[in-house]
Amino acid sequence: MTASPQTPGIVAGRLPSAVVADNFSDVAPPLTAHEALVAADRCYFCYDAPCIAACPTAIDIPLFIRQIATGTAEAAARTIFAQNIMGGMCARVCPTETLCEEACVREAAEGKPVEIGRLQRFATDKLMAAGVHPFSRAAATGKRVAVIGAGPAGLAGAHRLAMLGHDVTVFEARPKPGGLNEYGIAAYKTVGEFARAEVDWLLRIGGIEIRHDHALGREVTLEGLRADYDAVLLGVGLGDVHKLEVPGRELVGVRPAVEFIAELRQAADKSSLPIGRRVVVIGGGMTAIDAAVQSKLLGAEEVTIVYRRGQERMSASADEQEHATTTGVRLVYHAVPIRLEGDGRIERAVFAYTMETEAGLAVSEETFTLAADQLFLAIGQTLAEVPAGLVLEAGKIEVDGAGRTGLERVWAAGDCRHGGEDLTVTAVAQGRDAAMDIHAQLMGG
Amino acid sequence: MADLRSEFVGIKSPNPFWLASAPPTDKEYNVRRAFAQGWGGVVWKTLGLDPHIVNVNGPRYGAVWGADRRLLGLNNIELITDRPLEVNLQEIKAVKRDFPDRAMVVSLMVPCDEESWAFILKKVEDTGADGVELNFGCPHGMSERGMGSAVGQVPEYIEMVARWCKAHTRMPVIVKLTPNITDIRYPARAAKKGGADAVSLINTVSSITAVDLDSFSPEPSIDGKGSHGGYCGPAVKPIALNMVAEIARDPETRGLPISGIGGITTWRDAAEFMALGAGNVQVCTAAMTYGFKVVEEMISGLGQWMDEKGHADLGAFTGRAVPNVTDWQYLNLNYVTKARIDQDLCIKCGRCYAACEDTSHQAIAIRPGRVFEVIDAECVACNLCVNVCPVETCITMERLEAGTVDPRTGRTVEQRYANWTTHPNNPMAEAAE
Repeated sequence: MTASPQTPGIVAGRLPSAVVADNFSDVAPPLTAHEALVAADRCYFCYDAPCIAACPTAIDIPLFIRQIATGTAEAAARTIFAQNIMGGMCARVCPTETLCEEACVREAAEGKPVEIGRLQRFATDKLMAAGVHPFSRAAATGKRVAVIGAGPAGLAGAHRLAMLGHDVTVFEARPKPGGLNEYGIAAYKTVGEFARAEVDWLLRIGGIEIRHDHALGREVTLEGLRADYDAVLLGVGLGDVHKLEVPGRELVGVRPAVEFIAELRQAADKSSLPIGRRVVVIGGGMTAIDAAVQSKLLGAEEVTIVYRRGQERMSASADEQEHATTTGVRLVYHAVPIRLEGDGRIERAVFAYTMETEAGLAVSEETFTLAADQLFLAIGQTLAEVPAGLVLEAGKIEVDGAGRTGLERVWAAGDCRHGGEDLTVTAVAQGRDAAMDIHAQLMGG
Repeated sequence: MADLRSEFVGIKSPNPFWLASAPPTDKEYNVRRAFAQGWGGVVWKTLGLDPHIVNVNGPRYGAVWGADRRLLGLNNIELITDRPLEVNLQEIKAVKRDFPDRAMVVSLMVPCDEESWAFILKKVEDTGADGVELNFGCPHGMSERGMGSAVGQVPEYIEMVARWCKAHTRMPVIVKLTPNITDIRYPARAAKKGGADAVSLINTVSSITAVDLDSFSPEPSIDGKGSHGGYCGPAVKPIALNMVAEIARDPETRGLPISGIGGITTWRDAAEFMALGAGNVQVCTAAMTYGFKVVEEMISGLGQWMDEKGHADLGAFTGRAVPNVTDWQYLNLNYVTKARIDQDLCIKCGRCYAACEDTSHQAIAIRPGRVFEVIDAECVACNLCVNVCPVETCITMERLEAGTVDPRTGRTVEQRYANWTTHPNNPMAEAAE
C-alpha cells in the first residue's frame, strides 16, 4: 500500500510526510542575532566595494553590514530595500557565490567571503517581521502606468513607480502574484509562503492594483494598454518552454521542469505529489537543479541530470551543483537525448555523447540508455507571445539600456527582455531602472 | 634553551610572568591554581586594615570590545580585598610554604599614617612573603578615602610612605604607580627618593567604558548610576609602554627596577615591556579573559623568540630598546620612506585608498582592476595605509636610498643624520657644523 523509493512508476508518498516536510524545510536557516554579529564583524568596509559592483541592484553592502554590526538591522534593511525592494527574496535565492560573495575581498584573502546573503536575510527579515514598510509615496502625479506581469521585474517596477507618485495597474495572467518567486524557485529556498508575504508587504506602498487572470493577448492587449495608460512596462517573463525535438517526446511522463516546480510550490502537502522512481532531468541551469533536487527530496530513487556540455558551461553555479550531488543527484555531462522510449509512458531515454568542436557541439555515435519513469525538460524558456511592433533579439525583446522597447511609451524588464541573466535580482534591477526612466520621461514632459 | 629564570629586586621566580594584584590573586584557591599552571609569581590582591571593605553588589566590570567581541579593554570598580586580613595572611603563608620557588609579593593599601603601615608590614613579614607592593594606583573608590591613586598623585606622599615602609621592613618595597597623572617621572622619582626598591606600572586608567542609551547610566551600572573605574587590558598597553620607557630613560631614575604592567596579553607584549626596561611583567586582564592557561603561551613564546634571537637569558634583552627612545626633536629628518604595496598580497579592499584619499595625502591611486599604487610624489610616509590594511606585511615602508631624489620634495636624500634642532625652519636651530 505505502510507496517507497523503489516503487515503480510515478507515485505519491514515497517518503513519510514528516520526512518530506523536513526535506523541504529552510535550506539555509536564518542567522541568529549572535551569528549575524559574528558574520558582520568580518566585513572590511571596503572602499568602492567590489561586492556592490557585483550586485545587479548595487546594494550598498558594506554600509548595511556595518549597520547590522552596530545594532541597527532595521537601518540595514532600509539600505537594502532602497536599491532592491525584493531584497528579502534575493537574500534567499541569489547565487551569491557568483555575485557579491565571489567579489568579496575575504574570498580573495581566505576563500571565505563575508556571508552577505545571509546577513541580508537577517536584516530584511527583521524589518519585514516588524511589519514595517519603509517607504511612502510621493505626491500624486496623475500619471497612470500599466505593468504587465506581477513577477520580480513587474513588481519592482510597480513599487518604484508607485513610490514616485504614479498610479500603477498590474495585469497578471496567473491567479497569484510573484511570478517565478511564487511559481518557480525550489521550495526549500523560500519556505513559509515567503513569496506571497513579500508581495503583500511590497504592496503596502499603496497605489498599486493587481488584476489577476489578466493575460497579455487574452484579456488585455498592448495596443489597448498603450491607449489607456501613460506608459506600459512589460515584465511578462518567459511563458513558454523550448521543445525537445526527439522521437518519443509525447510519451506520458515527459514534461517541462517548470511545470513540475510550479506544481510543487503550490502543493500544500508535498508528500501528496507523485514522483517517478527513476527521474531524468535534461538541462544545465538552475531549473534543472531545482527539479532534480526536489525530485530526490520527494523520494525518487534515482535522479540524473544530463547536460549537453561540460560542467564548466553549466549555468547553475558550482554551489548549486554541489547541493545537487550532496542530495544524491547524479550529474552526467556531454550527452544529449536522441530518443525517448516506452509503451505509452516513458521507460527509457537514449542519449548520445557530445563533443565540443570548433564548429559547435557535435554528437557522437556512441550512445547510452537511462531507465526513466519520468523526464523533466529544463532546456530553457522562451517568450510566449510577442505583440506586434516589438523587435526581438535572440528571441527576447530588444531594448535600450533603460529598458525602452522599439514601441513608444513601452518598456520591458526581466526575463522577457534581452540582455538579462535570468535572475530574480537582475529582473528587480531592470524593473526598478525602467521605472526610473518611465518617471523621467513622464515628468520631463 | 633560553633561561627564563627571573630575579627582580632579589625576588626569584622561574619565569618573569607574575599575576598582578587583582581579582585573580584574591585568594588561596586561585593562586594555587595559577602556580600549578606555571605562573612565576603573584602580587596578592591588595590587603587593607580590618574591618575589611565591602564591594558593590552589582556589576564591577565594564568593557570595550573589538571585532568578534574580542575584549580590548576592561574597567573595574572593585576595591581592595573584601576578606578579613587574617584570612588573607594565613592563605599567603600556606601558599608560599607550598610554592617556595614562586614569587609571593603582597599588595598593601592602608591609611597614610606610619602606624598603619608599620602594623601591616609586620603582619606580612610573618607570612614569609618575598616582598610588598604599595598600591598607590587604584583610581576608584579607595582614592575617595585618601588612599590608592590619591597617594600616587602626590609625589611627596609617595616618598613619605615609601620611606616609612623601608624603615619598617626588610622586605623589598615596590611602589605601584598610577597613570592618572601628567608626568609619570615625578612619582617615580619620589618613590626612588623614598628608598623604594622598584616601581611597578601602570595601575588602571580612570575611565567610563560606555553609557546605557536607554537608562542613560554609565557602565557598569549600579542601580542607574555609575562611577569611574580603572581601565586595563590591551587598550592601555601603549600608555603603559610609554610610561615604562619614560622612567627607564629618565636620568634621575635610570636603573630603578621596573615591573611592567598594562595590557600584557602575549609573550610578545611581555618582551616589549622588558625591552623598554621592565625587569619583569605582571598580567591581569589576559588571565581574566582567557584563564590562567595563557601563561603557557607566554612561556613557550618568549623562550622560542629568545632562542631564535640568541638571547640566553632575560638580561640579554632587558632594556635593549631604552636607548632608542628619544625626543621627537632628535628623530632623523633625512630618513625618507615611501609606502610600498605588495600586489600579490593585496586583496583589493581599498581601505588604504579610502584612508589616504579622505584623510591623508591623496598618495594612492586606483588603477584599472582595483590595483592600488602609491604615488611617490604625494606620499609623506605617514604609515596610515599600513595601519588600516587588513593584511599584515601587504603594505610596508621602504627607505629611499641616499642619493635618490624624493619625488615629493624634489630633494636628493642625504646620507647624514639631521634633525629638527639644526633645521633651518627651527627658530631655535643651533648653528650647523
